[in-house]
Amino acid sequence: MSELAFLLGIPLLGAAALAFRGSQYRAPEMNAILSGLTFLAACALTVRIISIGPRTAMNELFFVDAFNVFLVTLTAFIGFTTALFGTPYMRVERDRGKVGAGAMRLYHSMYQLFTFTMLLALTTNNMGILWVALEGATLATVLLVSLYRTPASLEAAWKYFILCGVGIAQALFGTILLYLAASRAGGTGGEALLWTHLNAAKGQLEPSVVAIAFVFLLVGYGTKVGLAPLHNWLPDAHAEGPTPISAVLSGLLLNVALYAVIRCKVLADGALGTHLAGNLMMGFGLLTVVLSAFFLGRQTDIKRLFAYSSIEHMGFITFAFGMGGAIANFAGLLHMTVHSLTKSAIFFAAGHAAQKAGTQNIDDIRGLVHMSPAVGWGLMIGTLAILGLPPFGVFAAEFMILTTAMREHAWATPFLLVALAVAFAAVFGKVQTMVFGDPSVRPLPHRPAALPVFVHLVIVLILGLYIPAHLAAWYREAASMIG
Amino acid sequence: MIVTAQAINFIAALLLLVAFAMLSQRRIRALVNLFAVQGVLLTASTLLTASGTGQTHLYYSAALTLILKVFVLPLILHRLVRRLQLTGDVEMLINTATTMLVGIVLVIVAFNLALPISEFAGTITRGTLGIALACVLLAFLMMITRRKAVAQVIGFLSMENGLFFAATSITYGMPMVVELGIGLDVLVGTFVFGVFFFRIRETFDSLDIHHLERLRER
Repeated sequence: MSELAFLLGIPLLGAAALAFRGSQYRAPEMNAILSGLTFLAACALTVRIISIGPRTAMNELFFVDAFNVFLVTLTAFIGFTTALFGTPYMRVERDRGKVGAGAMRLYHSMYQLFTFTMLLALTTNNMGILWVALEGATLATVLLVSLYRTPASLEAAWKYFILCGVGIAQALFGTILLYLAASRAGGTGGEALLWTHLNAAKGQLEPSVVAIAFVFLLVGYGTKVGLAPLHNWLPDAHAEGPTPISAVLSGLLLNVALYAVIRCKVLADGALGTHLAGNLMMGFGLLTVVLSAFFLGRQTDIKRLFAYSSIEHMGFITFAFGMGGAIANFAGLLHMTVHSLTKSAIFFAAGHAAQKAGTQNIDDIRGLVHMSPAVGWGLMIGTLAILGLPPFGVFAAEFMILTTAMREHAWATPFLLVALAVAFAAVFGKVQTMVFGDPSVRPLPHRPAALPVFVHLVIVLILGLYIPAHLAAWYREAASMIG
Repeated sequence: MIVTAQAINFIAALLLLVAFAMLSQRRIRALVNLFAVQGVLLTASTLLTASGTGQTHLYYSAALTLILKVFVLPLILHRLVRRLQLTGDVEMLINTATTMLVGIVLVIVAFNLALPISEFAGTITRGTLGIALACVLLAFLMMITRRKAVAQVIGFLSMENGLFFAATSITYGMPMVVELGIGLDVLVGTFVFGVFFFRIRETFDSLDIHHLERLRER
C-alpha cells in the first residue's frame, strides 16, 4: 500500500526538512502544505481500505481496518486545519517576540514529528511499537509545551513529562505481560505481539495474566487519555503551550491514547470472557466525568477551562466504550469525531481571543464579538456545540450514550446528567461574558484564521443533523469490530 | 542450566542492592555511576540468559544495553552534570532511614505481585521477576523523594531498566523491533531532558523542583 508509505513518510521527512528551514518566513505555509499532503494520503488510504477491506502491510508490521482508518483520516484532517490556524497564530507570537527563530524551527519540526507519531500509533500492528509511538508523541510535544520558557510553562512541561512518563512505563509493563500471555499461548518470536495475531488467538490467552496486563495498560494509556485521577498534567500542558499544540493535544493525542486502550480492551474481552475490562473503563470514565465537571466552574484561564472540558468528554467516551455494544460503540466513535472537531475549533477561536486580549484570563477578555465577529461567534457556537446542545453532533452522540446508559446501567445516568448540567452552567456563563459585553480586546496584525473554525463547526452541525449513509455504515463496521 | 540460573539470580540480587544504593545515594555523580553499574549488571544477566537458553536475539539486546546504558546515557548524564555544575548533595524530602524502610516494604509488595505471574511464565529466569518489579518500584520511590530534576530523570531511566529486566526474566526480552524502538525513545528522551534542564536553569537559576510547584487548582 503506497498510500501508507506517503502517509507516514511525508510528516517524517517534513520534520527533518523543517528542522533546518523551519524559521523561514514561509515555514508556516510549508508546514500547512505538508499537513495537507498527509491529509490527501490519508484520504487515499481510506478510499482504498473501504474498497478492499482490512489489510496488513509490510510483513504485517502495519494493519489498517475500518476502525483505525477512520481515526487516521480524522487525525490527518485536524493536523491540516491546525497547521492552517497555526500560520497566522505563530506569526503573531513571533512578531510579539514571544518566540525566536530557533523556537519557530523547533515548533514546525516537532509539529510534523508529532503528526508522524500519531499516525504511526494508529497504523502499527505491533503493540510494542504502539507504545513506542505514544512515548514518542510525549517527547515530541514536551519541548513545545515549554516553548515560551515561562516558569509556568516549564512546570507544565515537567509535570507532563514525569506523569506521562511514569504512566506510560506502566503501559510498557502491561505490554510485557501481554507478550508473556501470547508467547505461552503458542505465539512465536516477534509475531506474538502483533495485534492481528493476538486477536486471532485471544481465546487461548491466560485470563489471569491478561487481566493484570489490562489493568496496567488502562492506567498507563489512561494517563494520556486524561482519565482521573491521573489527569493533572492535561490542564497545565494545554494552558501553557502554544494554542495549536493545545488543539492537537485535545483533538489528536487523547483520541489516539484512547484508541490504544480500546485495542487492548478487545483483546481483554476475548481472553477473559467477562465484562471486567468494560467495567473498569466505565468506572474510570464516570469518575473522570464527575470530577472534571466540578473543576470546570473554578477555572479562570480560558484554555484551562476547555482543557477540563476535554477531560470530561474523554471520560464520557471511555464510559461509552466501557458499556460496549453496537449503539454505545457507535456513539463513542461519533463522540470521538465531533469532540475532536469541536474542541480544536474552540481552541482556534480561544487562541485568537487570548492573543487579541493579550491574556488568557477569562475576566480580562470581554466583547469579542464587537471587535472580531468571526472569533466571537466561533467561540460561542463552538461552546454551544461542545456543551451538547442540539442540533450539533455532540448532542446526538451524548443522547445515544445516555439512552444506552439508561437502558443498561440506569444507576450511572444521574451522575452523567448532573455532570452535564454542572458543566453547562459553568462553561456557558464564562463564555457568554467573554463573547458579549464591553470590548476589552484589540485587533491583530495578522488576519485570524476563521476558516478552520467554521469548517469544523459546519461538519459537527452536519453530523448532528444527518450522518451520510456510507459514513454511518463505516461507523457501524468499526463499532462491530470493537465488540 | 542450573549454574546459569543461579548466576542470573545472583546478578538479580546485585541489581536489587544497586537499586537500594541509588535510593540512599545523595551525590548526583555517584548516582550516575550507579546507573552505569545497573547497565553492566543488566548486560551480564542478558548475556547469561542468551547463552543459557540459546535465544540469539538476546545477544543483540545485550549489545544494545551495553552501548546505551553503560556508555551513551551515563556519558550524556555526566556531561550534563558537568555543564550544569551540579555538585553537592541532593536534598531528600524524607530522611534516608525512612526511605529505606519504605523501600523494603515495596520489595515485599513486588514479590507478592510477581508470584502469580512468574508461576505462569516458563522461563528459567522467572524467579527474578520479583526483583525486577522491586527495581521499578524503588526507582519510582527515588523519583518521589528527590528534589533535584536530574535525580528524578535518573530514577526514570532506572525504572526503564527494571522494566527491561522484567521483560528478559519472563519472556526472554521483547521482540527486537520493539526493543530498538524503546532504546530510541530512551535516548531521545535523555536529550530532551538535557535541553529541558538548560531551560529550567535559565529560567529559575537552579534545578530544584520546588520552583515547579506553583501550578495548582485554586
